[in-house]
Amino acid sequence: MYIIMAYNRFIVLRNRINNAWSQIDVQLKRRYDLIPNLISTVKGYVKHEKTVLTELTKARSQLVSGSMEQKAKASNQITDALKSIFAVAENYPQLKANENFKMLQEELSGTESKIAYARQFYNDSVMSFNTKIQGFPTNLIANLFKFDEKEFFKTEGKEKENIKVEF
Amino acid sequence: MYSEINSNKWKSVLLFFGFFIFIGILAYVINLLFFQGITFIIFAAVIAVIFALISYYSGDKIVLAMSHAKEANKKDHAHLINTVEGLAIAAGIPKPKVYVIPGNQINAFACGRNYNNSSVAFTEGAIQKLNRQELEGVIAHELSHIKNYDIRVMVLASVLVGIIVFTSEIMLRSFLFGGIGSNDNRGGRANLIFIVIGIILLILAPIIAQMIKFAISKKREYLADASGALLTRYPKGLADALKKIKNDTSELKTASSSTSHLFISNPFKKKQWLSNMFNSHPPIDQRIQKLESM
Repeated sequence: MYIIMAYNRFIVLRNRINNAWSQIDVQLKRRYDLIPNLISTVKGYVKHEKTVLTELTKARSQLVSGSMEQKAKASNQITDALKSIFAVAENYPQLKANENFKMLQEELSGTESKIAYARQFYNDSVMSFNTKIQGFPTNLIANLFKFDEKEFFKTEGKEKENIKVEF
Repeated sequence: MYSEINSNKWKSVLLFFGFFIFIGILAYVINLLFFQGITFIIFAAVIAVIFALISYYSGDKIVLAMSHAKEANKKDHAHLINTVEGLAIAAGIPKPKVYVIPGNQINAFACGRNYNNSSVAFTEGAIQKLNRQELEGVIAHELSHIKNYDIRVMVLASVLVGIIVFTSEIMLRSFLFGGIGSNDNRGGRANLIFIVIGIILLILAPIIAQMIKFAISKKREYLADASGALLTRYPKGLADALKKIKNDTSELKTASSSTSHLFISNPFKKKQWLSNMFNSHPPIDQRIQKLESM
């Protein structure tokens, strides 16, 4: 009886992780789809700093279906590229006043924070799953049914440093 | 967390139970005094069941309509909607509907009956006066109420108690302003009914208030504060928002004593006897202190 309950608990936790991962995927896809719009809007205004655009295009193309680690890395690169584009946009008042750009900026920063929240939920789920696998006596059941520990969705050091920049 | 959800589901059942017992006693007394047979009791039972069903399935809509809340659109409130969606992802619940309440006071509430039928409402004041982190803190607090199933108990308490308070008000008013002087036999009898109901309700009002306090314990707010802080990983955001709420003197005209406990902080800034009796909010200073010590 206990074994059945513990087993079912593992299944619930594992499904939550899968669900959390698909949430991240949905938001990554959403951002992937928004980027071409941003590039075509910004292109007309920005004269000198074209390199930020090519960097973004490059980072975007790396976000293809791959392992979680690859996706995490590509996602972090896009985050950085977007940050530099919005920093560059500060120098172009006309671009900043563009309605389309404003909407895209709000959408992209919204998606950006959704990715962060989805990652938080994913990592929380992974943590409770892994804790169950390591703890006693659930570790025996995990061994019996071959439940393996899951990987965390890691962020780069660079992103962590930037948390304080809010205003 | 799971025991919290279970206890909330039990409390919902108990609230229905309390409501039926209350209506039962009322119907029995009136029947004993004025009617013969059981027709009136059956009538009262049918009305009570209808009210109970309405409050379970449409309680959220009633509460939102009472607050004059309008659904937020993507054009005017893009940031609000995005943040609610983001935090809903972090909480692992489906995205609730987002509403805006007209009014300058900083306040917010969540309502609904389960994860798939839930809404959050924010006053215009909250959207304008709070900065990003503070608003995030408030949203996270409301989403925690949804996640813990607090909303079901709170909405039921609102509507069921609201029905009782509302009928008692009608009774008392018609007793006070209705034709007391009428000598007509039927009118006199109706008056007597109203007087009796009025007296019963007057006696029961403190018990009803106690019922709300039982359903909406102060622990619930502390718990939502704490789990909200866990979502944003930034307790200071909500603490700052509560400080702004504390110093905010605007009144919220659309709040009533039956909905006041839904809000993140008591919408009645001035102390009143009735709203005080029904007030279930923990002291705001203690909430700030708890958040700041996290």
